[in-house]
Amino acid sequence: MLIRKPADIRSSEITPKKVYQTRREFIQAAGAVAGAAIGVEVLTKGAAVLHAVQPAVHGRKWPNVKPNPTYSNTNGELKNTWEQITTYNNYYEFGIDKDQPAELARNFKTDGWMVEVSGECAKKGRYSLDDILKGETIEERVYRHRCVEAWSMVIPWNGIPLANFIRRMEPTSKAQYVKFTTANDLKQMPGLRSDVLDWPYVEGLRMDEAMHPLTILVVGLYGEMLPNQDGAPIRLAVPWKYGFKHVKSINKIEFVEKQPLNTWQRQAPREYGFYANVNPEVDHPRWSQATERRIGEFFKRKTLMFNGYGDQVASMYSKLDLKKNF
Amino acid sequence: MWAAYYGHLSANPLSDVTNETGVWALRFICLTLLLTPLRRVSGWNVLARFRRMMGLYAFFYGMLHFMTYVILDRFAGLVDFPDGYLSWTTARNLGQSIAGDIYMRPFITVGFTAFVLMIPLAMTSTTGWIRRMGGKKWALLHRLVYLTAIAGVVHYWWLVKADISRPQTYAAIVAILLGARVYYRYART
Repeated sequence: MLIRKPADIRSSEITPKKVYQTRREFIQAAGAVAGAAIGVEVLTKGAAVLHAVQPAVHGRKWPNVKPNPTYSNTNGELKNTWEQITTYNNYYEFGIDKDQPAELARNFKTDGWMVEVSGECAKKGRYSLDDILKGETIEERVYRHRCVEAWSMVIPWNGIPLANFIRRMEPTSKAQYVKFTTANDLKQMPGLRSDVLDWPYVEGLRMDEAMHPLTILVVGLYGEMLPNQDGAPIRLAVPWKYGFKHVKSINKIEFVEKQPLNTWQRQAPREYGFYANVNPEVDHPRWSQATERRIGEFFKRKTLMFNGYGDQVASMYSKLDLKKNF
Repeated sequence: MWAAYYGHLSANPLSDVTNETGVWALRFICLTLLLTPLRRVSGWNVLARFRRMMGLYAFFYGMLHFMTYVILDRFAGLVDFPDGYLSWTTARNLGQSIAGDIYMRPFITVGFTAFVLMIPLAMTSTTGWIRRMGGKKWALLHRLVYLTAIAGVVHYWWLVKADISRPQTYAAIVAILLGARVYYRYART
């Protein structure tokens, strides 16, 4: 048997010079190809790395944010990063692509923001952010966030219970629903030029949903003031409902007698309802709601009834046919 | 691939890959359909040589798009893997999941149709097959690409949430390209 002597060639001659010189890029590209091909391992590892990264901050912090562990139980599911939460947004007022709001909302001015409160309540008027937050403790609530498009995140919101604000507005007995409206500022929101939705964006909650302790008015994220692309300066979080109920950049709150017609229901009543409770058993007419992809993960997760908040909220819907009232 | 290379993927790269491969398949179908009318208008017969290449690119991206769907959507969406990732149980569940999806969701049905119709075209794309089938028969078979184009656009249209502007653009392009064929067929005879 012939034993070959190792060839006496320098490694630089074996590796094509171009590849050799751009080894770093080559490794990155190889990684990308391997990731696309094998998927599983590379991407799950990548996700673990992403989770370990500290969120980038823009430096406008809320003082004295108090964690509220009672309402932050995500069963050990890891929080999504600042990067993920602030670059992957559905905010059609700033474009229909997920990465557009981060870009197009960059110069959105929210100074002197006013929220107009009207309808069936004693304290109608215009309220600044300071008025709304006066005497309140901003809490951190780590919530699951489930989009109707079947992706999800875990987000550390900073906000106050909506119930506190509603009580201060002294709604009358006629106030059965709360209607929220997003700002409609054509000069600042380029997405409004497209008629993809019927502007302004409107959402609503039944009074008991609005008063529920899980429902919060959000003013921050990761202890920072809310970034524009996430609905600055003030938005809603209702964690057992699909993302589109979480109306952003609220400038009107009305107490009304009748159920408001929310924007997505107006857009496609067969596909989006008023309640929009997260429900793995009721599919969207075009896709399944049984599973979801957590941003940063490869394998999908089973979607939980009421997004995992059933213990706290299911009793509100005991008389409701959830298949009809999707 | 380009985006993966340069790190332009979003926080949901899996969904980006699915969308990009699909859109590229549709773009190549449009390019394939563009060559013949363009040759008629310009008289550059050299364009005919690129038809096979463009068609195969379309098939390649259609295949990537389908595989992406199978792996990232169906496989990753199985959630339960009772006998591990690589097992007969997983394979069977995956098959059921794909078949069920094709049966239940119209936008998947048309997308799958568009892809399947390209398979015989890719298989018979060689010169040998043209000879074996005879030019007329071959040309007839390859008109299936018209159906692929229409099904591809419908697939795109039915999957978007509200922003139909992009599917509309592709619908217009395909309509013009197919319209050109109708025009040449009837206006010239």
